[in-house]
Amino acid sequence: MLPPDKLLPETQPVYVQSWIYVFGVATLAALLFVIASGLLLTLMGPAWYHVSSKGHFVNSVHLWSVELFFVFMVVHLWGKFWMAAWRGRRAMTWITGVVSFLTSIGTAFTGYLVQTNFDSQWISSEAKDGLNSVGIGAWFNVTNFGQMLLFHVALLPLVVGFLVAWHIVLVRKRGVVPPLEAQETGAQL
Amino acid sequence: MTTNQTTEHRPTPRQRHQANSIADRPWTGPEREYDLLKEFVIAIVVVGAMVLGLAAVFSSPDEKSLTLKAWSKSTPNDFTATAAAELAGTSVSESELGAPYNTTGGNQKFGPFGLQKAAGVRIPVDSVNNFVITPLSSLPPAAPLSDALTQWKAATAKQQQAWGGAYSDALAEPAADGDPAKVATGDYGPVPVLTASLLGMAQSGALEGVIQGEGGFYTTNYTKSILFLADGAYLEDHAVAEHLGGDQWGMMNETASYPGQSWMWLYSFWYQVEPFKSSGNADALVWVLMMVLSLGFVLVPFLPGVRSLPRWIPIHRRIWKDYYRTQGSSQQ
Repeated sequence: MLPPDKLLPETQPVYVQSWIYVFGVATLAALLFVIASGLLLTLMGPAWYHVSSKGHFVNSVHLWSVELFFVFMVVHLWGKFWMAAWRGRRAMTWITGVVSFLTSIGTAFTGYLVQTNFDSQWISSEAKDGLNSVGIGAWFNVTNFGQMLLFHVALLPLVVGFLVAWHIVLVRKRGVVPPLEAQETGAQL
Repeated sequence: MTTNQTTEHRPTPRQRHQANSIADRPWTGPEREYDLLKEFVIAIVVVGAMVLGLAAVFSSPDEKSLTLKAWSKSTPNDFTATAAAELAGTSVSESELGAPYNTTGGNQKFGPFGLQKAAGVRIPVDSVNNFVITPLSSLPPAAPLSDALTQWKAATAKQQQAWGGAYSDALAEPAADGDPAKVATGDYGPVPVLTASLLGMAQSGALEGVIQGEGGFYTTNYTKSILFLADGAYLEDHAVAEHLGGDQWGMMNETASYPGQSWMWLYSFWYQVEPFKSSGNADALVWVLMMVLSLGFVLVPFLPGVRSLPRWIPIHRRIWKDYYRTQGSSQQ
């Protein structure tokens, strides 16, 4: 379905030459650091970073990789918007990208809830009202630390991982969208 | 018949557009060398250096969690007023929150739709008993607390609320200024003894474990502890001091000067402006609005007008400026 030369091609269309293309791969790179630092924190438990300088550093890596992940992803999304990158049967590529973004917000949010510090006390106290107001809080209880921890380290990362993988496969399958008004005319060839 | 066949095989304008659209077909124009693997490795190295550098230089915030012990010791009057409000049934958790905790609070609505109420009481919280009476009942029976508990349990709900309400009002009087020692004489029943005992229990550090332990030996659910903490002013005062209040762009901020969840700016934004700011249904309104906007964001490729913005505002000319400059004057 997706041969290696399409998954990892050695050439790209001539128009794939802009700073904006960096942000997609930068988002992926940041996601790798988010996952790696998250796995290290998972090994030692949610309270480790309170009592260990090594744990605190890993927590810092987790925080900053998440911050960069979102910065890169937002620039990537804006870039794709102004490129109208959904053209040419690429709507699902856009949709998987946006849903990845929204799911990542939920994943990061549950991370803030399981910091086991003042911030998570306050955020859970505030967020419960919004979720309760539309009935979601009855099932997704932000003051239930155990439930949020499992959402953060298991369920939501799996969903994000699946969506990102799907998104990348679609990008490679459909190819990079050509510039608006591009034509395969003799002048260009 | 012939006419019909001809019509069937004639491409529609949309099909003609798609057939002619370069975006629909694999690119057969000029290409350039592009090593994706190399690009990815460089990205990992550069992003890795940025992450490790930021972590090493700026670290990360970790302000210790608040405790009921610290609350009761640093602001005992606020703690006592909260305990009295629990007994009066006027605390936030009892009188305002509603579902999924209880049926005594108000529920928010979006127009005629009451999604909060429809969800039902799935996480029951009985503020009077969970936060005050049950913890006090766990203490060794001794007067005057045992007598106060007996008197409280024997009274009707109406009488209990009257005692609690009267004591709450008395604490709020300017002459008392929240200090139980300055409260005027009145018919408060056992409430002053109950609140004073709860204050002592909290100051000893025993209350937190008892409230949390109501869920059993293993418990990872902090709903009751956080609801009780949030009923007082202590938690919010701390948050406001850390610029985390609802009218300070709330939880998208982070303690100290660290960047928080800035990606939630739009969600926080609505709470800062009318009609959401002063609406009793602000949460429901903002949530429904955000769900609609999120759906719109997902469906941008199909939204007339929105999907045409990139053509009308030619930012793509800057993104692909090399292409437009080098690949034919017909693009200009």
